[in-house]
Amino acid sequence: MRIGVFVCHCGSNIAGTVDCAKVAELARAYPDVVYADDPMYTCAEPGQAAIEAAIHEHKLDGVVVASCSPRMHEPTFRRTVERAGLNRYMLEMANIREHVSWIGRDMNANTNKAAELVLLAVEKLRNNRPLLAKSFDVNKRVLVIGGGVAGIQAALDCADGGVPVVLVERDATIGGKMAKLDKTFPTVDCSACILGPKMVDVAQHSNITLHAYSEVEDISGYVGNFTVKIRKRATYVDWSLCTGCGACTEKCPSKKTPDAFNELVSDTTAITIAFPQAIPKKAVINAAHCRQFVKGKCGVCAKICPTGAIKYDMEDEIITVEVGSIIAATGYDLMDWTVYQEYGGGAYPDVITSLQYERLLNASGPTSGHIVRPSDGKEPKNIVFVQCVGSRDKSIGRPYCSGFCCMYTAKQAILTKDHIPDSQSYVFYMDIRAAGKLYDEFTRRTVEEYGTEYIRGRVSQIYPDGQGQLVVMGVDTLMGQAIEIKADLVVLAVGIEASKGAPQLAEKLRISYDSYGFFMESHVKLKPVETNTAGVYLAGVCQGTKDIPASVAQGSAAAAKVLALFSKDKLESDPQIAQVDMRRCVNCGKCIQCCPFGAIKEVEVRGEGKAQVIETVCQGCGLCTATCPQGAIQLSHATDNQILAEVNALCQC
Amino acid sequence: MNFVYYPGCSARGSSKDYELSTQAVCKALDINLVDIPDWNCCGSTPAHAVDTELSAALCVRNLDIAAQQEAELVLTPCPSCLSNLKLASKRMEDPAFRVRVDELLDGPSAKTFPPVTSVMQGIAENFDMEAIAARVRKSLKGLRLAAYYGCLMSRPAEIMNFGDPENPTLMESMLAACGAEMVDFPLKTACCGASFGIPERPMTARNSGRILDLATQLGVDAVIVACPLCQMNLDLRQPQASKEMGTSFNLPVLYFTQMMGIAFGLDHKDLGLGKLRVSADGLIRKLDELRRESAAGSKAAEGGRS
Amino acid sequence: MNDAINLSRMRDAAFTAEVEALSGQNVSTCYQCGNCTAGCPAGLAYDLQVNKIMRAVQLGLRDEVLNSRSIWMCLSCSTCSLRCPNNIDVAGIMETLRHMARKEGRVTVPKVEKFWFSFLDTVRAFGRTYEIGTMALFMMRSMRVFTDVDLAPEALKKGKLGLKPHVLPKGAAPVSRIFERYKERAKREGVRP
Repeated sequence: MRIGVFVCHCGSNIAGTVDCAKVAELARAYPDVVYADDPMYTCAEPGQAAIEAAIHEHKLDGVVVASCSPRMHEPTFRRTVERAGLNRYMLEMANIREHVSWIGRDMNANTNKAAELVLLAVEKLRNNRPLLAKSFDVNKRVLVIGGGVAGIQAALDCADGGVPVVLVERDATIGGKMAKLDKTFPTVDCSACILGPKMVDVAQHSNITLHAYSEVEDISGYVGNFTVKIRKRATYVDWSLCTGCGACTEKCPSKKTPDAFNELVSDTTAITIAFPQAIPKKAVINAAHCRQFVKGKCGVCAKICPTGAIKYDMEDEIITVEVGSIIAATGYDLMDWTVYQEYGGGAYPDVITSLQYERLLNASGPTSGHIVRPSDGKEPKNIVFVQCVGSRDKSIGRPYCSGFCCMYTAKQAILTKDHIPDSQSYVFYMDIRAAGKLYDEFTRRTVEEYGTEYIRGRVSQIYPDGQGQLVVMGVDTLMGQAIEIKADLVVLAVGIEASKGAPQLAEKLRISYDSYGFFMESHVKLKPVETNTAGVYLAGVCQGTKDIPASVAQGSAAAAKVLALFSKDKLESDPQIAQVDMRRCVNCGKCIQCCPFGAIKEVEVRGEGKAQVIETVCQGCGLCTATCPQGAIQLSHATDNQILAEVNALCQC
Repeated sequence: MNFVYYPGCSARGSSKDYELSTQAVCKALDINLVDIPDWNCCGSTPAHAVDTELSAALCVRNLDIAAQQEAELVLTPCPSCLSNLKLASKRMEDPAFRVRVDELLDGPSAKTFPPVTSVMQGIAENFDMEAIAARVRKSLKGLRLAAYYGCLMSRPAEIMNFGDPENPTLMESMLAACGAEMVDFPLKTACCGASFGIPERPMTARNSGRILDLATQLGVDAVIVACPLCQMNLDLRQPQASKEMGTSFNLPVLYFTQMMGIAFGLDHKDLGLGKLRVSADGLIRKLDELRRESAAGSKAAEGGRS
Repeated sequence: MNDAINLSRMRDAAFTAEVEALSGQNVSTCYQCGNCTAGCPAGLAYDLQVNKIMRAVQLGLRDEVLNSRSIWMCLSCSTCSLRCPNNIDVAGIMETLRHMARKEGRVTVPKVEKFWFSFLDTVRAFGRTYEIGTMALFMMRSMRVFTDVDLAPEALKKGKLGLKPHVLPKGAAPVSRIFERYKERAKREGVRP
């Protein structure tokens, strides 16, 4: 071979503690090395041009770059050598920055180690083979899981970009949490008014197929070729006949069904339409509370329905769709705040969550927008808002900030004053997080123009005084004293967690998630909407707490990723995958068992069973290579021989 | 069954009624309480406030004797004693601490000490609620009671092992088994003012007053306690609390063993009811009246059917 | 500025470290939410509320903390530790500060120490608490001769005040020895007992 070695200075990042010129000099003596140099910045344009020039001038057929971590620039340098006519896998990198110059100051020791790492890279390169990527078709359809504002935005942007969208939503209507809000900060826009048109666009867009009251059952395949099973849950109403007239909901005698859309702050009928602007505006029967299902006797809705849409014998339906990419936009839920026994643990009816309060504020909510105490229906005059309930609390394992509660609490305090002019609101806070555009000015308005009392401190206990009011025991740390307030109503800004079922969905998508269920992005700063699984993207709060503007932005960002992916007709597969040498394979089946992706199958070759890799599914993890007792299955670009070459080189140093 | 017993100093003094009723109820349940021989004061709050090792030494002397007696479990009625004994036992697991404490004792103490728990838990572990209900001769049905645990019984949670530190419910279960209606009492673990009654009266009067005030607002017939100091602060010092709060409380404060004893139909003399400052006579009268009414009620029902 | 806490002069990082070492707590995790003060039943008798005590420990203000009334009036009820969102044993820190202050001879509320010593003196003498003895000693030492006199008649009437001390059956010597050894060791180690 004719190998060229480039030892990068990286300014003083590497050269500060490594003698790069010396390393290059030592490298010149390595086997098959015909050229060595130590450029200042190899990844910069001049640096790359110099590599290309050297390849041509010295007729190199392999290149070693000793510089930063391959995670930084391996793709960069692979493209460099490819431009100069070499196969991109005839490049090896030695990490002499993160593994050498950044961890010690001893110039001698570092230079030695760098030289050794370069030797390892040279020996590996000497055993490399050119690899060719295969290309495969990409199915230009996208699945969006979750119909909240992030999913809606992603769906619309993909659809407008000419890509057919399958949108799956677990609830009976799209709109997510935003559809439950009364008004939104910082503009105090009516939430349904700004979201409604987008929801209608989704319903009417020719490129979007909406499956509401449905869930993703199973996902198989790989980027460009996912096969997804969707369970369309039985609504017991034929949606092709239902007009959303609502006559059934008026006549249904089962009025004690817990109302999930109204956050359980009220009861509703067993057959419901979620809210007036619901999309789809269709009825759904909650079988667990329906007399027809539980007792076998009723049928009022079936009699009333003018189009005969009620179908008690409906069953779940499983459909299959083929898509090339998936966007997860599954949003959030409030955590279980009843662990706070000191706040009553859920036993006091006048201690409610912010979302429940939002439903009371909403004109299409259970009280037609009248704020009343759940206990006696009276209008409250003293309302206490408590922030950080279940956020920033290590003692219950929730150390993180939920991000938008300071803002919505300020909004709720403003709306309270609008609804009840002679009311007095108090807000207990630890810090105010109002970093967005116009946000801080908004929080100041609630104090300066709406007379809200902001009290800096937590609340230790809330309990009923036996006379109909609640005693709130808090503190004002700025005054340095405990504070006691008698409240008619207490609203808790409860911390958030990922939507129920998020971890299970993550397993199906084969993406990672953290201990609160939030999906893991590829890089928290630079790749917030991508995951480490090709073809799966994230949008909205499912990736981490954020407000509506950020959710919408991520929806568009995820759509941009999908459109970029689909801009090519074919995708390249990564050739760094496992290969079976059939002559060595004895069909023990161990590789098939250990492969976490199900990427190896047994085939018959000349009457004998042999293992074969399904190239498009293999993720190149190498488990099989380590497992095979015969060494028959090898991971390309990380074969046993290639690795052993490095080990041998190291042992002789 | 036999249990090794650590009565604590109040038991023989200011909370004699707790001791009497505890012995009476245990006897009724065939539980025999055997004193740790030669037991000494655990030091209560003053000892640990002065020095942790001194406090531990006082406690370890008792635990050591119990260990020598091969006790499997030690019961004590007082949460302060319980807390000190348990904390001492836990801290003695640290070898350096053990050396320091043993230096104060006559000799090195036993390698392991028997576990200590409250009389209440001791009863509950051996008698489920049905078994307790079976002993009831005079149901407390119709009485509204507030269970007040005080601050020490359930905290710190990992040491005291007494259920949810914010919302323990053992006393409620036991008294409900006796037929009482147990009212949700949000201040059930709030501090009564502890031992500050002597050096700083307003502290105790105000804190006890708050508890009595809420109990009065909730309309309970009595407050039921499990701690000698709480009982003293809420009962003997009730007039002081009344004065501090600018009102006049009249709420009997009974030990849970006294209440259970009444339900079991035990002799009131054996329960020390006479030692209560705020008399329980009114409570007993109400209870008797309720029982008469319900007896008459069922008789009338029988009469109606024939 | 006249009233400023001159941290350059007054911050005693060694004090913070000492409190952390003795209590086993990391005071930096306190973000001053004030929940401890919000639930503290003894706050009515404090000069520095407990969250301010924590703040002063963070800032290394040794004198402010060890000279405070608060650490003497603490009820040891542990409500603060229970409710702290950062799992800090605040009650444990108050106990540590009590010990540190006492050992340095900073007794800002003498009557409280007198009460403790009165109680412990009866334990030393008899092996078990002698309530009347405690009261008598306290009243003498603190010159508060009217303490709880309103209670005495009631307590006597109900037989709640034992006139005779309860002594250990075999004599109080084993318990007295504990106290003697404690005092001697304190003297040897140059610590205020």
